[in-house]
Amino acid sequence: MSNLVSALDKATDSSGIAVIEEMGLQGMITLRGDLSAESVKIASTSVTGVEMPAQNMANHAGASGICWMSTDELLILCPYDGVADTLAKMHKLLGDTHSLAVDVSDARACLRVSGPNAREVMAKLAPVDLAPEGFSVGMFRRTRLAQVAAAFWIVDAQTFQIVCFRSNAQYVFDVLNVAAQSGSEVGFFK
Amino acid sequence: MSTRLATGGRLLNKSKALNFSFNGTTLKGFEGDTLASALLANDQVLMGRSFKYHRPRGVVASGAEEPNGLVNLGEGGKFEPNQRVTTTELFDGLKAKSQNHWPSLEFDVGAVNAKLSRFMPAGFYYKMFIHPRSFWKHVYEPIIRHAAGLGAAPKDRDADTYEHFYAFCDVLIVGGGIAGLQAAKAAGATGAKVILVEQTAHLGGRAPVDGGMVKGQSVADFITATVADLEAMDNVTVRTRMMGSGVYDHGYVLGYERLTDHAPEMTGPRHRLWRIRAAQTITATGAIERPLSFAGNDIPGVMLASAVRDYAVNFGVSSGDRTVVVTNNDDAYRTAIALKHAGLDVPAILDARPAGTDSDLMTQAKALGIRIMMGHGIATVKGGKRVTGVEVCAQAGEGAVLEEIVCDAVAMSGGWSPVVHLWSHCGGKLTWDDTQASFRPDPNRPPLGDRGQAFVRAAGSANGETTLNAVLSDATACGAAAAKAAGFKSKAAKAPTADEPTERAMIPVWLMPQGAGYKLRSKTWLDYQNDVKVSDVQLAAQEGFTSVEHAKRYTTLGMATDQGKLSNINGLAILSDALNQPIPQTGTTTFRPPYTPISMGSIGGEARGDVFQPIRRTPMYDWHEANGADWEPVGQWRRPYAYVRDGETVHDAVMRETKNTRENLGLLDASTLGKLIVKGPDAGKFLDMMYTNMMSTLKVGKCRYGLMCSENGFLIDDGVVARVSEDKFLCHTTTGGAETIHGHMEEWLQTEWWDWDVYVANVTEQYAQVAVVGPNARKALEALGGMDLSAEALGFMEWADGTLGGFDVRAYRISFSGELSYEIAVPASQGQAFWDALVKVGADLGAMPYGTECLHILRAEKGFIMIGDETDGTVIPQDLGLHWAISKKKDDFLGKRAQQREHMVSDERWKLVGLETVDGSTLPDGAYAVGEGTNANGQRNMIGRVTSSYHSPNLDRGIAMGLVLHGPSRMGEVITFPGTDGKDYQAKIVNAVFYDPEGEKQNV
Amino acid sequence: MLILECPCCGITAEETEFHGGGEAHLKRFGPDSEDKDFENYLFMRENPKGVHFERWRHNNGCGKWFHAARCTMTLEVFGTYSAQTYEPPKALCDAISAKRPGWSWGAFS
Repeated sequence: MSNLVSALDKATDSSGIAVIEEMGLQGMITLRGDLSAESVKIASTSVTGVEMPAQNMANHAGASGICWMSTDELLILCPYDGVADTLAKMHKLLGDTHSLAVDVSDARACLRVSGPNAREVMAKLAPVDLAPEGFSVGMFRRTRLAQVAAAFWIVDAQTFQIVCFRSNAQYVFDVLNVAAQSGSEVGFFK
Repeated sequence: MSTRLATGGRLLNKSKALNFSFNGTTLKGFEGDTLASALLANDQVLMGRSFKYHRPRGVVASGAEEPNGLVNLGEGGKFEPNQRVTTTELFDGLKAKSQNHWPSLEFDVGAVNAKLSRFMPAGFYYKMFIHPRSFWKHVYEPIIRHAAGLGAAPKDRDADTYEHFYAFCDVLIVGGGIAGLQAAKAAGATGAKVILVEQTAHLGGRAPVDGGMVKGQSVADFITATVADLEAMDNVTVRTRMMGSGVYDHGYVLGYERLTDHAPEMTGPRHRLWRIRAAQTITATGAIERPLSFAGNDIPGVMLASAVRDYAVNFGVSSGDRTVVVTNNDDAYRTAIALKHAGLDVPAILDARPAGTDSDLMTQAKALGIRIMMGHGIATVKGGKRVTGVEVCAQAGEGAVLEEIVCDAVAMSGGWSPVVHLWSHCGGKLTWDDTQASFRPDPNRPPLGDRGQAFVRAAGSANGETTLNAVLSDATACGAAAAKAAGFKSKAAKAPTADEPTERAMIPVWLMPQGAGYKLRSKTWLDYQNDVKVSDVQLAAQEGFTSVEHAKRYTTLGMATDQGKLSNINGLAILSDALNQPIPQTGTTTFRPPYTPISMGSIGGEARGDVFQPIRRTPMYDWHEANGADWEPVGQWRRPYAYVRDGETVHDAVMRETKNTRENLGLLDASTLGKLIVKGPDAGKFLDMMYTNMMSTLKVGKCRYGLMCSENGFLIDDGVVARVSEDKFLCHTTTGGAETIHGHMEEWLQTEWWDWDVYVANVTEQYAQVAVVGPNARKALEALGGMDLSAEALGFMEWADGTLGGFDVRAYRISFSGELSYEIAVPASQGQAFWDALVKVGADLGAMPYGTECLHILRAEKGFIMIGDETDGTVIPQDLGLHWAISKKKDDFLGKRAQQREHMVSDERWKLVGLETVDGSTLPDGAYAVGEGTNANGQRNMIGRVTSSYHSPNLDRGIAMGLVLHGPSRMGEVITFPGTDGKDYQAKIVNAVFYDPEGEKQNV
Repeated sequence: MLILECPCCGITAEETEFHGGGEAHLKRFGPDSEDKDFENYLFMRENPKGVHFERWRHNNGCGKWFHAARCTMTLEVFGTYSAQTYEPPKALCDAISAKRPGWSWGAFS
């Protein structure tokens, strides 16, 4: 439907030392349940095609994936237009297991920070050790970016993907741009 | 005069001359100069005025400890006051102005204070301005305010940007002098991740100026080689122009990096505040030379001996043609020798120590033909705005003048104090070192980290070491030990050895001459910037300010922008002497971060302008903005207060929206209301505990208005709960309440009822929600078409899923206005499209968007409460007449027990009523009602207050709600609300439902 | 600024990721309780100089509540542990005893 608009309608800014993009609509499902329960594992892995991630990790393949959010919470990634089907499949697989699977695709926004300085830009806003030896591909971190809660992971050596609340998307986009302003390379990560 | 020398200047690039201006005069310097060295090179010794007496002030130091050389720097958006000339690197086009004088630096009216100084002793302001009381506000305060402050306040918005950076390391080393570099090498060799920060632009500190040989190389060459070694280590990061500003709990250290101060034309942020978490921190912060306390020691031209040496060696600048050196230690001899080598005259070294065996440095000085006068000191310095000579006396006596030596500079040294600030910031304790007469870090009482471990170590002269060999060996051991403590294995690190001259021990000299009388002591400065003299500290002691913290505040010693870096120990010594107790017993004042002032911009970092704080936007934010929204912050959300049309005031718009919603159709963006999914077999039981109402009995498809209280009974939130399925509820919260209430639910689920099977998810932002309100509401939605919204199909307080205009929606038939009203939820990504569709079909039905103020008036007309207006954290539902929403069937809910407490069931609690002004005017919001009699303070007794007050366009008069003593039983009574405008407002107590009391309009 | 290890997700992070939640191990008293018990539950709090037990939430992280044992004097963190317990684990109490012999807090020692 042409009516669908993501939080920032795929805004991009490449004027600074990293490229900041809002990635458009991404299917996201919050799944709460006992992560050791077989039905929860099957519901998550079968709809995404990736394995259950370890604690504080994310597994993904293209638009699909599983992010470890908490001891009883996963974030299931899937194509945006497949959310309803995915949810239906998950509900079927979960059966009467006590759990909660709910569409949060529109409640969140996805942003991407890319380029050789991506790590530094992120390290200006997140109180997290982002040195390459400390934060590597596959790791998933929930923390804050400047003044708002956010989660992120590294897609590849030069690309971070961020999930934040939709209402904060403009703030996160703007604050990333400030952090990526021209001439602000730090040169700390080697 | 002070001037540029033909030789020296190891930090200068003499091929690059720079123009700069001081008080409008264009001067020349070189790349590599500081503003201080460049001013001295132009014979500008007078640089400012002191704070209290407006005494002439010249530069006294060469580093961060400088108290005198403060200037207003830059212009417009780049203007900044109180910048130290010694730490300001020169750049082409720099503009500086001296401060704290009027009308000019050379001639200052305020200097009359100095003539009155006998009558302005310590505590003068406290004593003077107390009486008469009435004078303070109208006479004293304006005068003091006018006189207060050093530099001018910036007028323009800061043109620069700033940022933070989070860094983590095993060993952080603060200070890039020879000790810091050596410690970094030792720590780096273990493989530990090391960050070394140096506040100046140069590594090596003052070792190259002091000289000596290390491993057969000159110190300068040794440093170059060490820096090269560090650069070759991938695990070591070295940053210059970055000060370790403060050490905080659990290894948190702030690094203040000045990126463009030395080159303002560069792009990028001006300062970067590094928020470093280090397993171990080494403070290799060096030592600061102490002034000597003799009469006239504040006259421009009297400088620290090390500074005089720095200017000559580093910048090729003479501080004077004839320099008298006065000292209690050997180090100052290096200055005399350096000056002599530069071809300058040193008429005498006045050494307060008694005659004895000559050390290497004394022998060298003698060999250069310098006259050494042992056991001598300065009785008084001659001169006004510049030193013209010194009167020499015996240190032992009372200051009888033995001879006068003509000179234009004095280089003084009272010994060295380790820079213990960063060691002390987080609780590191000090111990008194008798040999150096200084406080040094006590390694047995270090700052303790998160596991109780020592996390700060001091190295080199910051640790009280004074010789090159001791510094190198201490730093090597310290670097290795820090790395080991951070979990890295170190091989036995071997310290390089140095060849250096022998030195004779210093002796403490706290007053020169020892028996100086009052006349001399009252001209002997301790704190140059704040004008605190030896006599002031002695007076403070005499008047009973015996605690060092009290004496500090009474005299203002060490309270200037330099925070007593030069004056602290000298002041303590004078105080101790006056109290007749040893210095360690007096103790020090508290060292607090930052080490030197850091910019406010750097503390704020990226948080300024548009991103000063997060602004949360609904999916329809841009439409509101384009359609005249006057924004109201609600938590971090921005909601339209009203949509203002051309030619309207905000009030006009609110009135129009309020009338139109009652008469036609209003559209409200209600997306900000919190939406929490609560699911599980125990969801009903859980919500029964969360709400005062019974939620477990709610039927699927129905809605119920619920109240939430804290455990101490007070109302914290309200909203409509919809039962989605047997085990699933959707709970609406107030705007801004979503996160708090989500957290509140999680708290009880995780920490009290962890065996209950309930999951909660916050889906607030998944939906854009639009309130469609007014007589035409159903018509508008029917025009969109798709689902049956008739009264029969969707009754009041029911919800249904369906489609409207092709959108998948959930429709709630609920009302916060008393009108026929629906709230329609659609996925947020379709929110704008749905809103557009409503605006389109509503055009023929009189649809207008309305804002929060209209929402408030509509609900107040109906007597509906608003969390935050009728509640303030001390109000229980019973106060608001909401008994109907409090279940009597439930054994328990949060707040139930508290609401049984004696005070909560008291008849004396103020209760909610409606208030109607006698003359139809609008009551002032928040006004208090007064009753009979007065309280113990003679104030009129209060019997109530206004909680909400509006002008109702539908009733064409003011309406209000308020909490009033015995309110519900006083219907019809008129009570008085004195306004802050001096008027008394008379209001009648009425039922709070002002409009459509039968509720006919919403039930159609 | 403190650093704490969240025992739920295992992340060690600075204080800005967490939110303090006051005293730990309070026992709730409900509608049938005596005034004195309810007063104690609602208002009376430990204010120790030394060993203290508190609640924290990893609110900018995994969102979970947990308990922490901390020294109010030195800010040393003795350990963090699950919120779903009525008392601190014995191993933690022993570790505290090793560092602060003779400590006591509420009913624990």
